[in-house]
Amino acid sequence: MYPNDFRYTKEHEWIKVAGDEALVGITDFAQHQLGDIIYVELPPVGKELAVRQSISVVESVKSVSDVYAPISGQVVAVNGELAQTADLVNKDPHGKGWIVRLKIKDKKEIDGLLTAGDYEKFLEGLEH
Amino acid sequence: MSYLSLSDKDKKEMLAAVGVGSTDDLFCCIPDAVRLKRELKLPAAQSELELVRTIEAIGRKNAYSRHLSFLGGGAYEHFIPTVVDYLSSRGEFVTPYTPYQPEVSQGTLQVVFEFQTLVCQLTGLDIANASLYEGATATAEAVLMAQRITTRNKVLLARTLHPQYREVVRTYIKNLGLEAVDVPYGPDGRVDKDSLGRALDEKTAAVVFQSPNFFGVVEDVQALSDAAHGRKALSVAIVAEAVSLGLLEASGRLGADIVTGEGQSLGIPVSFGGPYLGFIACKKEFLRQMPGRIVGQTVDKEGRRGFVLTLSTREQHIRRERATSNICTNQGLCALRAAIFMESLGKQGLREMAWQNAQKAAYAADRLGAVSGVKRKFSGPVFNEFVVELAKPWPAVDAGLRGKGLIGGYGLEPAYPELKDCALVCVTEMKTKDQIDRLAQALQEVLS
Amino acid sequence: MIKEIREPLIFEISEAGKRAVELPALDVPEKKDLLAGVPLRRELEGFPEVSETEVTRHFTRLSQKNYCVDLGIYPLGSCTMKYNPKVNERLSGLPDFAASHPLASEDLVQGSLEVLKRLETYLCEIAGMDAFTLHPAAGAHGELTGMMLIRAALEARGGARKYVLIPDSAHGTNPSSAHICGYSVKEVKSNEKGTIDIEALEAAMTDEVAALMVTNPNTLGVFESDICRVAEIVHAKGGLVYMDGANMNALTGIVRPGDMGIDVLHINLHKTFSTPHGGGGPGSGPVGVKKELVPYLPVPVIGEKGGRFVLDFDRPATIGRVRSYFGNFSVIVRALCYILTLGPKGVREIAEFAVLNANYIRKSLEGEYHLKYTTPSMHECVFSDKIQKEFGVTNLDIAKRLIDYGFHPPTMSFPLIVHGALMIEPTETESRRDLDLFIDAMKAIAREAKENPEILHSAPHVAYVSRLDEVTAAKFPVLRWEKKP
Repeated sequence: MYPNDFRYTKEHEWIKVAGDEALVGITDFAQHQLGDIIYVELPPVGKELAVRQSISVVESVKSVSDVYAPISGQVVAVNGELAQTADLVNKDPHGKGWIVRLKIKDKKEIDGLLTAGDYEKFLEGLEH
Repeated sequence: MSYLSLSDKDKKEMLAAVGVGSTDDLFCCIPDAVRLKRELKLPAAQSELELVRTIEAIGRKNAYSRHLSFLGGGAYEHFIPTVVDYLSSRGEFVTPYTPYQPEVSQGTLQVVFEFQTLVCQLTGLDIANASLYEGATATAEAVLMAQRITTRNKVLLARTLHPQYREVVRTYIKNLGLEAVDVPYGPDGRVDKDSLGRALDEKTAAVVFQSPNFFGVVEDVQALSDAAHGRKALSVAIVAEAVSLGLLEASGRLGADIVTGEGQSLGIPVSFGGPYLGFIACKKEFLRQMPGRIVGQTVDKEGRRGFVLTLSTREQHIRRERATSNICTNQGLCALRAAIFMESLGKQGLREMAWQNAQKAAYAADRLGAVSGVKRKFSGPVFNEFVVELAKPWPAVDAGLRGKGLIGGYGLEPAYPELKDCALVCVTEMKTKDQIDRLAQALQEVLS
Repeated sequence: MIKEIREPLIFEISEAGKRAVELPALDVPEKKDLLAGVPLRRELEGFPEVSETEVTRHFTRLSQKNYCVDLGIYPLGSCTMKYNPKVNERLSGLPDFAASHPLASEDLVQGSLEVLKRLETYLCEIAGMDAFTLHPAAGAHGELTGMMLIRAALEARGGARKYVLIPDSAHGTNPSSAHICGYSVKEVKSNEKGTIDIEALEAAMTDEVAALMVTNPNTLGVFESDICRVAEIVHAKGGLVYMDGANMNALTGIVRPGDMGIDVLHINLHKTFSTPHGGGGPGSGPVGVKKELVPYLPVPVIGEKGGRFVLDFDRPATIGRVRSYFGNFSVIVRALCYILTLGPKGVREIAEFAVLNANYIRKSLEGEYHLKYTTPSMHECVFSDKIQKEFGVTNLDIAKRLIDYGFHPPTMSFPLIVHGALMIEPTETESRRDLDLFIDAMKAIAREAKENPEILHSAPHVAYVSRLDEVTAAKFPVLRWEKKP
């Protein structure tokens, strides 16, 4: 379910590192919780983000949820397709539903994030 | 008492069912120390007949209704067709809550959807909401909206914008780091374009002006909008006299990005200032920054058309402190009245009403202008109000007119110190030629 | 009810040349070239053209698609949907009031000013406050006004401060109103009784906190029994206490907010004082204050001078105007009428009967529905769908099924701290028969949840429309009618 090469947060973001950059999105668990996603508010490209700073707001019919930066960095791209088809986050949360691409500022921050195994255990804990 | 529906027997049995000995026991969680140990000091209960007498007697203390009045200035006396009162007093419209449960609220929801459509048609813009409180707070909401859209922190307010609207904007923005700057008017009673040009800069979020403005003068909406856009600011057009929209070109087609204001003229009584009807319309691209409730069309499980409250993630109950506004309710019943009013007058009726207002005001301006000691103050084109300058002190003229059973206008000096002995005169379709002539005659007598 | 007729939009039945209203012929000489040079519209494009008969039938049919208080119990928690007396409707529209102009000089509108002054006075007595302003147009507008008053008072004391504390059981408008006043919000957790956790409050209450916004009774329908201690803690650190009086219906004549340490509060005339909700307004949200905050009240303030009512604009410390003119006047007339009709004993009975009715419902449904907090209830009780969830039934299903039984559903979106909430507020005006009918329906639905959950999932079955697709509505917004090309 949760790709092994991703890292995760307890706020249900995922991050996929490729070189100096990383893709960020929300997990399958998160999209299930939110239900039908209507709109994804995207940050301007170039924005500098600190760890835990809000990157984006994901909206369903009757809820809004912040997406936080798992690591610090600069926004180098946003997923423009979400403007028309926000439900990509529902359909393919770990793939086409990515939200932003960050330029990584400090690779060491990644080590502090959850592995797929950690995250799955964390989710089990939530359900009890 | 007639609204409480429990008999003594009910009460006793229900207390027993709940398992308490007395009504006092129901309040056991309220600390004794703060409980009120006496009866409230309120007048003794009145029967319906006594109440009618009491309230009617208070009403009679309003000498206003025994005068022939030419007051306007943001609250206008217009003809209200009987169907408006009749239909809007139906309990099915008066006594439901906000339509949170769409299956049992399709009446209210469809009315609001029609209202939103009518507002779009009137303003020439793409989208409108379910209504706001009234014109002044609607203006403030538009200012906050412009700040969110442009992320700029300065707004220019035409001095010809209703003085109370300007005050309310200032109250709202005081704690939010926004700055409001007044832009003066010229001898035509319109926004002075040179001053506007100088005040506009890269920090300006919006140019906020009213048309017809507080002096009744129709602003050059296109020119003001162009000036705003030249600095990438928004053009926000305020309407205080909504009947004018039947005749004047829609501001949305003259460059305005947001059109907002007061819909009281559309079937809502003057009623000492409220409740009124704020409305707001804007271009599609600003949808997510729109404050307040919005109704949208959708389908039910059988594919039938229905209406729901929608896009509510903008609102306070979901977005909490980051909502587009703290507004919760709209002015449902007032929006209903406006919808019935507009649909009853229809395409021809509203235009004709507006045309009659302009014609009667023009006639009155000519008649009053011909009186010795009366001068038209501004040269700009007017809708149904105009400013006169009098050769005698306004308080004396006002008193003289009142002695003849007339309220000739609204003295402008308190709000505009430079307009000493000037008054704003309003003439709607409710005034007959004879009544206008009577005002001219009385003015002549008072001034001679 | 006419269910069969699908009522079209008025625009869809419009035909050129029709109208419902004729105006008299113009009686002044017509100037054809009037407004030359001003852009005029050729026509009101898209505006409907229908006869009076058509307008009347259109709105009558639409009205029949609404549920309303005149039809039956409307148990929306926190909304206080009580009966709206008919005489108040008539009196609020008396020609002497309806015609009175807000810019007329004071001596011509003494009656209207008396209405305002009288209601202010009565509200002061009922709430135990020193002054009231009737300007705010609604509850949320009252909150905003109240928080502005607090900010002004604290600025005068030396600093506006940064934060506002809000319990997790508060109304959603509270954080938003505090924010527009330039404050950041900090949430205070509730304890297991559903009231403010005193230790959490003590920890959160610093000298950077401007105020606590508290709803009492809170949205669980529970009275904050430690309210005096709460106020002490806030006051000791130099903060002020704001009370959201949306639930004042539980307190009238029993206890006065001003006597329990509240500095500022708003009251909803459309809840406690029976003015109709009108399908979403107009409401009215008067704000009451203690002496220290009086100088900051919005202008104009109604004063009295030599036996006459006057408008006082000479208030150097005022927060300014919060709206045009003086408030939602005709709503204010209705509230005044309610108080005059009830008198002192009746005003107390509002709370007594409201609380009795709520507890009667609670007792009757306990066991059938889960009660998260067992603290005594005031004017409303909050159940949840926890028991029914076992059968896959949610509070939404229960709500929609109630429609089939002929009732309006309770509140479900609040309070946030009860998942699957069913928040029931009967108000004082319901008869025992109506309460019992509602209770029976709730019990029947609890049975159905066990035996036939499918009938709940697909409810409502008898409404004009079945469940509506809110996802499509939000994804592809259609917010107005447009002429088909």
